[in-house]
Amino acid sequence: MRGAFARRRLGQLALAAFIAIVVALLPLAVHDVYLQNVLVLTLMYAALSQSWNILGGYCGQISLGHAIYFGLGAYASTLLYTHAGVTPWVGMLAGGAIAAALALVLGYPFFRLRGHYFTIATIVVAEAGLLLMLNWDYAGGAQGIQIPYGPDSWLHLQFARSKLPYIYFALGLACLTWLVTWLIEDSKWGYWWRAVKDNAEAAESLGVIVFRSKMAAAALSAFFTAIGGSFYAAFVSYIDPDSVMGFQFSLLIALPAVLGGVGTLWGPALGAAILIPMTELTRSYFGGSGSGLDLIIYGVLIMVISLARPEGLTSLFVRRRGAAASA
Amino acid sequence: MRASRGAGKDERQRGHVADSLALMTLQTLVQILASGLLMGLIYALIAAGLSLIFGLMDVVNFAHGEFLMLAMYATFGIVVATALDPVLAAPIVVGLMFVLGALAYLLIIRYAMRAKANIGMVQVFATFGLGITIRGLAQRFFTPDYRSIRTSWLAGHTLDVGGVFLPLPQLAGGVVSCLAFVVLYFVIRRTDFGRALEATREDAGAVALVGIDKNRVFALGWGLGAALVGIAGSVMAVFYYIHPDVGAPFALIAYVTVALGGFGSIFGALAAGLLVGLVEAVSAIVLAPSMKAIGIYAVYLAVVFVRPRGLFGNL
Repeated sequence: MRGAFARRRLGQLALAAFIAIVVALLPLAVHDVYLQNVLVLTLMYAALSQSWNILGGYCGQISLGHAIYFGLGAYASTLLYTHAGVTPWVGMLAGGAIAAALALVLGYPFFRLRGHYFTIATIVVAEAGLLLMLNWDYAGGAQGIQIPYGPDSWLHLQFARSKLPYIYFALGLACLTWLVTWLIEDSKWGYWWRAVKDNAEAAESLGVIVFRSKMAAAALSAFFTAIGGSFYAAFVSYIDPDSVMGFQFSLLIALPAVLGGVGTLWGPALGAAILIPMTELTRSYFGGSGSGLDLIIYGVLIMVISLARPEGLTSLFVRRRGAAASA
Repeated sequence: MRASRGAGKDERQRGHVADSLALMTLQTLVQILASGLLMGLIYALIAAGLSLIFGLMDVVNFAHGEFLMLAMYATFGIVVATALDPVLAAPIVVGLMFVLGALAYLLIIRYAMRAKANIGMVQVFATFGLGITIRGLAQRFFTPDYRSIRTSWLAGHTLDVGGVFLPLPQLAGGVVSCLAFVVLYFVIRRTDFGRALEATREDAGAVALVGIDKNRVFALGWGLGAALVGIAGSVMAVFYYIHPDVGAPFALIAYVTVALGGFGSIFGALAAGLLVGLVEAVSAIVLAPSMKAIGIYAVYLAVVFVRPRGLFGNL
């Protein structure tokens, strides 16, 4: 039994390595800048949603406020870079640490909230963060911050000539978050979180430390979301509160996992691979003029998938035997 | 250089606060409280429908702001098409919203309730998807332009009560909200439908045994919830610009209000709505108009920290 489980896990690792290599080779064949842009965003949202999945999927705590961690990461690395010349590599770790600390501070009161009370509290905190950033002059206020252009360099994460480095950074981040989730699935924490999600009271009675394991999930989830935010700031090189802390990010971070399958290893990546190209393409074909057609397609898609496939699209690929083994 | 400029601004802000405190005579204080309470009554009305639906079936309607937006457009459309006064258009809007709410349940929510996995998440995202779709439809058919209703019996009049100025549209909105809560009280406590509603919320399985069709009660509950937000929408259409994104900020306030009052408690929503209106009016003066929502969020977080299920929620 244990042997079959270990083999399945190694198989998943091999599959992930294969997909990563294919994605890494993809931009060598696709030179179109627009499509490369879509690829960067897809990989970034795969990473972000994988991070969200740690708290939302494995722990079952639906956060619709992850924009605050994303925005914190974007602002931390950008402010450190523009005001103190600190490299974004250090800046993103600082942003991640701040986000994780905030998640712990918020987790203390929030994990006493159940269901919708928790979700609404996360929305409110992200909105409060957005308002504070809009009114904070040192951080550019509503006007935002432009990252000054410099020569292409890995140290400053600036590449004006080629999208390739951004693709590889985003791919690396997506792989890292996938790997963390893969490791968690077979760890003590992974089993605890699934137990907490299924039945928190029963898990507690069996000795699972519910509160502390939720706190760990929140901190880990916030840390990687903030790293994604720092990356996004370097990628777009201009940030303002609405463009990095707006509610649409909270939704976009959660959606790929929901569409692909919450609490699954492959759900966020699969969801991002479908959702992000689709929204980008519909936006460029139907959006722009404010015709609303992109919103209609987006909204209907969310409704249809959540109603027709509540367990997510990955369930299409799971053979019955596999489902029974993982259940 | 930067630091000194920042300090200067701080001092100016402190000066501003001191000035406004000095100016705050009894009259201005009453003015702030009155405006806050009037707005609070409207917030309560928006929140009531949300709370009703939640109490009935544990579903938070994340398309609530879009329902409000549709009600405002419906009022606008009727006024433009028939030249009726918005006051007379309101009952038609409420009727239309009732139908919309019932249809939303029958066509979408009913299926979300049947999900075999992740049921909580399915409800959240199905209603979110519905909201985004409605917003897209509004953009498509009504354009993103800002609209406003200029002609109304109420518009432009202000009541002067001993130096406290109450704009007539807001005052009428407050009165309508109070009436709606009185009617709601009687519907829930005194009618068969109200009793069926209470029974279904307590045990949706058992009511089938006494011949109550659960689906019918749920559909009527959604209709009633949407009708309540329809009243709010037709009241607000007179004094707010109407555009496809108008609902979102009010929906956020409604979620805060409902969580503050306690999910499912309609009179908790009334009390919390008044509190939110007051806090907003006071923080607009004490902090800054652009920061008024911070006051609401802070009070909400403080209350939820002490009472995780809100002021009047069942613990």
